[in-house]
Amino acid sequence: MVRPDVVLTRRVTRLVVATIPACFVAIFFVWPVAAIIARGISFGGIADVVRDPVVRRIAWFTLWQAIASTAITVAVGLPVAGIFARTDFPGRGFVQSLLMVPFVLPTIVVATAFLALLPEGLHATATAVIIAHVYFNIAVVVRTVTPAWRDLDERLGDAAATLGASPARRWRGVTLPLLRPAILSAGGIVFLFTFTSFGTALVLGGPRNRTLDVEIYRRTAQLLDLRGAAALASLQLIALAVLLTWSAHRQRATAVATQARRPTRRRNRLALVAISPVVAFVLAPLVALAARAGAWDIVTSPRGRGAIGASLRTALIAGLLATIVGGLAAAALATTSRVTGLLDVVVMLPLGTSAVTLGFGMLITFNRAPFDLRGTWAIIPVTHAVIGVPFVTRLALTALRSVDGDQRNAAATLGARPARVWWNIDWPVLRRPLMAGAGFAIAVSLGEFGASLFLARRASPTLPTLIGELLGRPGALANEQAHALAVVLAVLAGVVLFVTDRWGERTERPGARS
Amino acid sequence: MHHPSRTLRRTILVCALALPAAACSDTSDTSGGAPVTITLVTHDSFAATDGIFTAFETTNNAKVIIARGADAGVVLNQAILTKGKPDGDVLWGVDNTLLSRAVQEKVFAAYKSRELSNLDPSLTGFIPTGNEATPVDRGDVCVNAHPSALAQRSLAVPSTLDELADPRYKDMLVVENPATSSPGLAFVLATRARFGEAWLDYWKKLKANGVKIADGWTTAYTVEFSGSVGKGSRPLVVSYGTSPAAEVGDDGKSATVALAATCFAQVEYAGILAGTKHTELAGKLIDFLLTTAFQEDMPGNMYVFPARAGAAVPPAFDAHGIRPAKPLTLAPADISANRESWISQWSDLMLS
Repeated sequence: MVRPDVVLTRRVTRLVVATIPACFVAIFFVWPVAAIIARGISFGGIADVVRDPVVRRIAWFTLWQAIASTAITVAVGLPVAGIFARTDFPGRGFVQSLLMVPFVLPTIVVATAFLALLPEGLHATATAVIIAHVYFNIAVVVRTVTPAWRDLDERLGDAAATLGASPARRWRGVTLPLLRPAILSAGGIVFLFTFTSFGTALVLGGPRNRTLDVEIYRRTAQLLDLRGAAALASLQLIALAVLLTWSAHRQRATAVATQARRPTRRRNRLALVAISPVVAFVLAPLVALAARAGAWDIVTSPRGRGAIGASLRTALIAGLLATIVGGLAAAALATTSRVTGLLDVVVMLPLGTSAVTLGFGMLITFNRAPFDLRGTWAIIPVTHAVIGVPFVTRLALTALRSVDGDQRNAAATLGARPARVWWNIDWPVLRRPLMAGAGFAIAVSLGEFGASLFLARRASPTLPTLIGELLGRPGALANEQAHALAVVLAVLAGVVLFVTDRWGERTERPGARS
Repeated sequence: MHHPSRTLRRTILVCALALPAAACSDTSDTSGGAPVTITLVTHDSFAATDGIFTAFETTNNAKVIIARGADAGVVLNQAILTKGKPDGDVLWGVDNTLLSRAVQEKVFAAYKSRELSNLDPSLTGFIPTGNEATPVDRGDVCVNAHPSALAQRSLAVPSTLDELADPRYKDMLVVENPATSSPGLAFVLATRARFGEAWLDYWKKLKANGVKIADGWTTAYTVEFSGSVGKGSRPLVVSYGTSPAAEVGDDGKSATVALAATCFAQVEYAGILAGTKHTELAGKLIDFLLTTAFQEDMPGNMYVFPARAGAAVPPAFDAHGIRPAKPLTLAPADISANRESWISQWSDLMLS
């Protein structure tokens, strides 16, 4: 029986912990998005948009390609995650970081490299869009499922084996159910990305295969048809909110608490052979990209160095912000309750909102004193952090939810105060996902502009911005410079991911020598 | 023994210290005799040599900040959204296809620049009657051709829009989607200017002739076009009159040519944003943008022709870029009124 004052302390602590991420998301996401949608929303607008046959075609295409992309990505990513979780081979850390690089690079650069590799018959087709989606999102599946798989209690599978279960039966009956929350989590994020796909669909799908996000961009940024854009954006948000609520519910329902145990990996050089087709698939566009690089003096020029510095500064701040806010959100959400269930969905929504909606929203929200943040440098890392928070939260939550509640209760019974319980039981489980999440948030910030593309940027351009500028200029010189900078970006992102991955792994074995 | 939490603490400390350091790198407006900050809001294609504004800054005790957005259409719409409380003082980058919209929405404060008399005569017709904005550069959208690829197929370089629809040039042209691309739109407007009401028939012929539609200039020019870095399959592409100047090889000759009869005039404007607190200084900045120093800096950085009469251009521009005397044009009001329905009709025809 837990003492009443301990229960009260727990409740108050949970409330305080939940307030910070709630405020961050409310001020920098909910407010701007609500503001821009409110400018244009009307029943007439929604009715017009729903009845429009072009919009219906676009919505249908967006939906089915997202489902197809998600299914294929999970199917391809799962075996890869298994190999990473269960085997150790030379260069494993390197390959793991490499898989993430396409995801964090600016879409325009990788998409054009990808397009150049595709046979001409596939240019501007739905197939190209789906293949590209798989390409970009394998890393999400691998990154989400691998930690969960690694933490799987092998003894459960072994017990099943001694009872006579075949490997297939073990997979269906033991491994898969235990992995289900992680798979749902990964599938949810991949669906989110593919449903709100913009750059990939634009470049690879061409004008005939338009997604909802492209249409929202066109109406908001180019036509200033805020009425239509607001209708589309709200419909998109509602659809995603429904999906997220369902996914979160399923994750909670299928989460099985197991004892966290020291994971083992078997050395297996053959694993490298098994992984090689995937590695080749990931490497091909990157190699094509690197082959186009030249005029390397851009990297050491003042412009190049300024861009690298700006990118690193922004990314570090964005990553730090995202980790703090995301970590707190995960801590608040791990113990379920109705109010925090709502927070669960709201925290993930930034991933499903069109960048232009958020950007324009911030433009009209933060334009009067005392909130005139438009001209400040801080608004850029904040917009990146808004995107980074869902990643950190997701990763941390999956880990925290697998902690057995009984362990916490046992500790409390033994006299540990809530803070001590948290430090000894939750924090060790939280450390690795937080590291991974931080690395992810930093890498994503390095390689994207997102909503900050739609804010006037006064500071030195970041790497993605400079690359985008150079890609828009004719001539071999500008193109080579763009690709040279893209290679630098890829290397930076790869290093960040590699280092934070290593770090995260080290913290999981506190007793081992480093 | 290794203490991971200590390392973590150290890292957070380092990051926390980096924050103020990063903040200090930002310059902010100070008062009392200190330079007045004036902001030039522009799109992402704007480029100028470092230090080009120093002369202006010293003469006027000002500090010029460049605030970059996305493309011209986005930047204009941002200005419309923030009317009265503008993001900056001067807006550079509204072009003749967007001008009417900007004037309608009263985004600009009228200003008659002192340098108007120094403009190239060909641009006189482009100055708006209310002087809301001032022409600052010219960059026509023209079809570019790759002569050697055409020669390999025993074809001469086409010279008119009609020839592009000729079956001899089947499967050779790539254009951009006017809904998402500025040069794409300009080309559609060119066909409208050339063929009038029969413009859709022309596009039917192009469709039958295998025209490829790309999402934007980067895909069309750097991937699909055979004459540039992508070494694609199409020797004809919609690009700019200045693009051949960027494809000059070691032999001093350009690999591509621009077709003068296909060009649509594109003029860029700069204007003072209504609601700015520094109207006089903004006017001086616009005058500065039309001085010889700035106008001669522009071509190398932005691949456009200067608006000022007699401003020098790089030799490559003179030799390979084109500035047709009679490009195709449409009245800005006409464009503004019909642009959406034209794009819609075009999409219905070409994208179904």
